[in-house]
Amino acid sequence: MAGLCLLGTLLVMAGLCLLGTLLFTSSCAPPPSAEPVKIGALFSVTGPASFLGAPEEKTVQMLVEQINAAGGINGQKLQLVVKDTAGSPEKAVSFAKQLIEEEKVLAIIGPSTSGETMAIKDLCQENKMLLVSCAAAETIVNPVAKYVFKVPQKDSQAVTWIYRTMKEKGISNIAIVSSTDGYGAAGKKQLEDLAPAEGITILANEVYDKQATDLTDVLTKIKGNSSVQAVVNWSIVPAQSIVAKNMKQLGLNVPLFQSHGFGNLKYVQQAGVAAEGILFPASRLLIVEDLPDGHPQKEVLATYKKDYESRYKEEVSTFGGHSYDALMVVVEALKKAGEADREKVRDALETLTGFVGTAGVFNFSATDHTGLDLTAFEMLTVKDGKFVMYKK
Amino acid sequence: MTAPRPGGSADRGFSFNARRVENGSLALQYLLSGITKGSIYAVVAIGFNLIYSATGIINFAQGEFLMLGGMVAVTLAVYVPLPVAVTGAVAIVALVGCLLELTFFRRLRRHSVLHLVIITMGLAIVIQEAALHIWDEKVRSLPYFTGNEVSSIRFLGAAISPQVLWVLGTVGLVVLGLHFFLRHTLQGRAMRACSSNPEAAMLAGINIPNMRTLSFGLSAALGALAGCVISPMTMTHYEMGAPLAIKGFAAAILGGLGNPMAAVAGGLLVGLLEAASVSRLPAVYNDVAAFAILLLVIFVRPQGLFGAPAADSVREH
Repeated sequence: MAGLCLLGTLLVMAGLCLLGTLLFTSSCAPPPSAEPVKIGALFSVTGPASFLGAPEEKTVQMLVEQINAAGGINGQKLQLVVKDTAGSPEKAVSFAKQLIEEEKVLAIIGPSTSGETMAIKDLCQENKMLLVSCAAAETIVNPVAKYVFKVPQKDSQAVTWIYRTMKEKGISNIAIVSSTDGYGAAGKKQLEDLAPAEGITILANEVYDKQATDLTDVLTKIKGNSSVQAVVNWSIVPAQSIVAKNMKQLGLNVPLFQSHGFGNLKYVQQAGVAAEGILFPASRLLIVEDLPDGHPQKEVLATYKKDYESRYKEEVSTFGGHSYDALMVVVEALKKAGEADREKVRDALETLTGFVGTAGVFNFSATDHTGLDLTAFEMLTVKDGKFVMYKK
Repeated sequence: MTAPRPGGSADRGFSFNARRVENGSLALQYLLSGITKGSIYAVVAIGFNLIYSATGIINFAQGEFLMLGGMVAVTLAVYVPLPVAVTGAVAIVALVGCLLELTFFRRLRRHSVLHLVIITMGLAIVIQEAALHIWDEKVRSLPYFTGNEVSSIRFLGAAISPQVLWVLGTVGLVVLGLHFFLRHTLQGRAMRACSSNPEAAMLAGINIPNMRTLSFGLSAALGALAGCVISPMTMTHYEMGAPLAIKGFAAAILGGLGNPMAAVAGGLLVGLLEAASVSRLPAVYNDVAAFAILLLVIFVRPQGLFGAPAADSVREH
């Protein structure tokens, strides 16, 4: 009797779990008219990297609808096949295989995180599948793989911006705090590698658990070293807001630099007044209103921001911008190639120059599969709860 | 001694006097930091005790009650004042707790404790997924109850957020309330009777299933309250439950299960151990240090620091 009841309960639970899984992996299929071009997308819509994947998925859904409403590309509509990897490299691999073998998509955009992208880099290269990643790690495009591209700025470019801003402010002795996850570890490595060349001395270098609920003890340790002139934090939510709050609560009054992962106004709201004065490098998407009218990116950014915010009723983030860039460079290459042939589209993408995206102006080449230089960043700061351009 | 000024005279000199003052205030700061963390663990740990007291189950979905409490309160706080939102969240989550017991646990008449514990783990996953769909993946938080994100109470060169005092105050009230309930009310005594000897309790006319439902409801309410008071500091998101539950569980074990007061001591102790470890070792080792000491304590005193030795031996029958 008891056994039966237990079995029943377990079945109900299993059912609920299954239902959850089904809901996550729904794919979007607009009614096809005359052979649509299939584009695969791997985003971590749920899970620990959902802050990346969720806006990325929303963005591409919106763009594909817009493109199809305008008649498609080369007379063909686009069909998006989205898979939610929940941030897991294993899932990314199996979904990538599915997209390559079953769906036979033209190209894959995503995944959202560097770990997932590295897990499928070789797979895509071997199967000659065009991959345009939304993740930042250098290793995705270095060494260059013929079929693998990425659209976000590199971590090293963010670090270079941070160090140069420090030098302008006369800061040379710093403390680094970072989270234990892949994002924190990648940033920490770049910060350590580039410090000597930029004349920066790292006095304290602490790593904390990404699930940490309070970081006053780690920051107390930094406060104990009075030579520290600035703190760099490399993590994602909620830790990046907790660091900001705890520093102010402790009276650790040195400038706080954050990574480009701070690029969402939501994080500013979470840190409240503690966010004031935080410095971080980010793309211009966050300060569209501040851009002069003639700026090459202004129109693209303003249109995307308006469309996204009016449709989803939430603030645009730079992460959604990455999937905008990933999809649009493929679309642009598709236009240039004139037909949905993967080899031709790849060649067109590799020679694509002067394409204005949300991150910057892309100039791809056979040796540069990122296509962005240092100008793709701008140093931002928080003033009165808003992002503004940092001025010396 | 004058009030130490961080970042002051120790900048280049090694003036020993200034150093000593600085070290003193740093030590105090580590202590306060430990209390801050510890208060969070303590308020989580208390929730484990009630269900354990009544049923012998370790409820691994306790962290999810915290998450739900925080989420509901954040949602309600948009429409109503903060105190009403918190009260509403506590009431709603208490209801959820009762419903879970009625739906899942009451049906298992001849359960073993192990079955039930595993079910709580399953429930934790289901609740987390449900929260993801009801709300979303974003991180939210309640406003600070007093002051704002940067306010802190300073003394002797160290600082502590006023929210920590709110958490400690809540912990104090909950412990007092529970103590009174479990020792001095008929319902509370009946609940303890269910735990120590279900058969005898039944023979004495106690409605055991109802007591269990009540314990789930109360435990959920406590969890929700904890989720609300810590939300300004830790922030609330759908995945926050599990890591908090692990720390809270460790604190409850360290103190001794079944005793709310011991849970508080356990929580503060885990927090202080972590802060002490950060002050000497790289921060990344703080869990290692805290849990190593926890293990040592458990080897020497399996019932926890303040637990009664025989308390858990009755459960397996």
